[in-house]
Amino acid sequence: MAQYKLQVNGRSYQADVEPDTPLLWVLRDHLGLVGTKYGCGIAQCGACTVHVNGEATRSCVYPVSAVGTSKVVTIEGLSPKGDHPVQAAWNEVDVSQCGYCQAGQIMTAAALLKKNPKPTSAEIDAGMTGNICRCGTYHRIREAVQLAATKTK
Amino acid sequence: MSTQVQNSRRNFLKVSAAAGGGLFLGFNWFSTEAATTSVLDEAALAAGSIEFNSYLKIATDGVITIFSPNPELGQNIKTSFPMIVAEELDADWSKVKVEQAKLDKKYERQLTGGSGAVPHSWQRLRKAGATARQMLMEAAAKRWKVPVSELITDKGVVWHKSSNRKLTYGELATEASQVPVPAEVKLKDRKDFKLIGKPIKNVEHQAIVTGKPLFGLDFYREGMLFAMVQRPAFGMKLKSVDSAAAKAMPGIVDVVTFKNSVAVVGKSTWQVKKAREALKIEYEKDGNVESTADHDRILQELLNKPDATERRKDGDVETAFKNAAKVVKSEYQCPFLSHSPMEPMNFFAHVRPDGVELVGPTQTPDLARTETAKLLNIDPEKVTVEITRLGGGFGRRLKADYALEAVEVSNLVKAPVKLIWTREDDMTGGSYRPAVRYRFEAALDAQGNLIGYKLRGASINAGNSTREHNFPSGAVDNLLIDSVEHQSPITTGPWRAPITNFLAFAEQSFLDEVAQAAGKDPVQFRLDLLDKAKAKPVGDIKYDIDRMKGVIKLAAEKAQWGKKKGVFQGFSVYFSHASYVAQVGEVVVQKGKPVLKKIYAAADCGIVVNLSGAEQQMRGGIVDGIGHAMYGNLVFKDGLPTQKNFDTYRLIRLKEIPEIDVNFVDNGIDPTGLGEPALPPTGGAVANAIFKATGKRLRNQPFAEQQELKAVI
Repeated sequence: MAQYKLQVNGRSYQADVEPDTPLLWVLRDHLGLVGTKYGCGIAQCGACTVHVNGEATRSCVYPVSAVGTSKVVTIEGLSPKGDHPVQAAWNEVDVSQCGYCQAGQIMTAAALLKKNPKPTSAEIDAGMTGNICRCGTYHRIREAVQLAATKTK
Repeated sequence: MSTQVQNSRRNFLKVSAAAGGGLFLGFNWFSTEAATTSVLDEAALAAGSIEFNSYLKIATDGVITIFSPNPELGQNIKTSFPMIVAEELDADWSKVKVEQAKLDKKYERQLTGGSGAVPHSWQRLRKAGATARQMLMEAAAKRWKVPVSELITDKGVVWHKSSNRKLTYGELATEASQVPVPAEVKLKDRKDFKLIGKPIKNVEHQAIVTGKPLFGLDFYREGMLFAMVQRPAFGMKLKSVDSAAAKAMPGIVDVVTFKNSVAVVGKSTWQVKKAREALKIEYEKDGNVESTADHDRILQELLNKPDATERRKDGDVETAFKNAAKVVKSEYQCPFLSHSPMEPMNFFAHVRPDGVELVGPTQTPDLARTETAKLLNIDPEKVTVEITRLGGGFGRRLKADYALEAVEVSNLVKAPVKLIWTREDDMTGGSYRPAVRYRFEAALDAQGNLIGYKLRGASINAGNSTREHNFPSGAVDNLLIDSVEHQSPITTGPWRAPITNFLAFAEQSFLDEVAQAAGKDPVQFRLDLLDKAKAKPVGDIKYDIDRMKGVIKLAAEKAQWGKKKGVFQGFSVYFSHASYVAQVGEVVVQKGKPVLKKIYAAADCGIVVNLSGAEQQMRGGIVDGIGHAMYGNLVFKDGLPTQKNFDTYRLIRLKEIPEIDVNFVDNGIDPTGLGEPALPPTGGAVANAIFKATGKRLRNQPFAEQQELKAVI
């Protein structure tokens, strides 16, 4: 066990965990931030996507010991009022079915748009195809990313 | 036409003054009694002593709360059910809140499966809303001393037009609670619907997009322990466990054994997962330990078995085949599939001396309750089940096995426990879509008429793998449908559109082969058969011929069937559960390869309640149908699937979806459900279009692994 100081959503947290504990489980079990989801544990589905220094990162395979002083942002901290352009677009387009994968989808989309504010359709497809939605909401995910792109400054 | 419905005197609606004023109305969404409503005592309700599963509360500030008893797993009933109540109530939708009700022991149908939620509850929900509206109007009539017939309602307001007086539902709610429940209420005429048929957004969207703890896996209780279970391969049993190393690992509280399972219990998910890997377990044989190679051989043997269970027989097939000018014969096979909802199985259980508390994602809370009671030999009334939102279900959460595991572990360690399955547990833990092989035979006369039809379904644990009364039964004079099953230790269960999720593909592809052999257009071939079934029905017909023709024509019209150049079209239509869906798949050839570009779909699910949700069910069902037809495959080796996670078990991804054009038949009949019916016809529409484009007939799933397709892509 070791003590880790983490910067998550602009706050300081402390966690006493084994160094190999994935960031996902530190967030969920130790910090009570359960918006980040477990889907596969092997970086295949994207449900666990968070931002580490602005980069979309699969927290299920990212050990807490690698976080260091990096700034972590989870779905809970994406915007103070839940009104990030991507979140707003997700509501506007009525994307969710079961909703379980959507936090990961939104975090992936937000990081994509930060890097590339005006992505082409092909770039959206390439950027979002790493995230699985078992309900098959892909058409609306694509539409919502396009809509968010028009609203992103 | 508006409808008059009667409130049974016995027990439907009960009404009371709500705590702090307002109206509180209890009713049964699922009662087999003619729908019933009552005024209630909110305190008694809170104590769970009154026999209602749904409540409607109108507060003095006009906020209307509707408590939804059904589990929500993405089919959007948490939005569409309240829409139906609000429609008849004439509520202001922006003031409607929806809350999840707890499991009440008196519920007859508190499950989500079989596409039955909306059809089952349609009339009852409407009546509850209409009853509340009537009572609000009567309260206003009393206050204003005018006849009720002079009043109208709109968006949460009762209005007396001639005197231009208005009162909000909030202002009237407390008085309305004193009005006797009307014996008869009038339901709206369909043309007056303001909410039903409109696209209404998911009521939980904001909570979803901000990551609120909605799901079972998100549930947390102070002091709870985490548990994971190691299960044997199918056909194996536990011989010995050495848990010393696991127990010595940090955070581990205990290792316990029940039946053939070994559970590691500890203080965090990761610690438990690591300690489970340190278990040294020996298993021994307990039955057949099977592999896919065995299944392939067994299914082939079953197809040739002389004795099978006869499901339907019309006319004389032997003579028809003897007299046939042409016989078409084909076999179709599908593998086992995992449900793979994105949220893996999990459940919270706290077994206490005075009762059991269960919290988690389940499609069948009552099953979890009764099985828990049986397991612990206690009164079912001592078990409470709280339903969380479900991160997908697809049929997997109709079983209570994972909830029972949580109960077992909590009972053994005497602590509150959250039991978690990893993705690997989910994929190797059973309850699969069964593997099936079909043999179809068709006899054609010299004019290309279908005079004989045979279907044999052979399966691993699928029971009756046919739907013997579905089309084309009823349209063929001589027909024989039978089935035969191999019983395997590999567990199977309902998977979105059970049986028809593959049977529809096989049958609709085979009919395409038959139409081709008969030299007929596939759409016209089906319409001709339906006309024959209508004019001269053979035996029982358990589908609606006109509804089926309706979707066939609508899909063909939207896709401009047969009129496009450079596009290869495939047709498919299927009746499942209680709805009808036809699809046209469109494939183009790019650089010599077939590419699925578009699917046109036409559905008849009766009245569409929520257009946004209905479109989601259609697109989602079709995406699901394409994905599993193209890629889904579990290959067994020694009693376990070799695919254990999404790196080898391929699910469809965003870049692989075609455009999907969704259309609904508008015929005004009561809703007949849409959670499943969009999926079954998809595989056939895709395969038939690929055949047109390439001349290659795909008869086995997954398509992507078939030589026929590999040869052309």
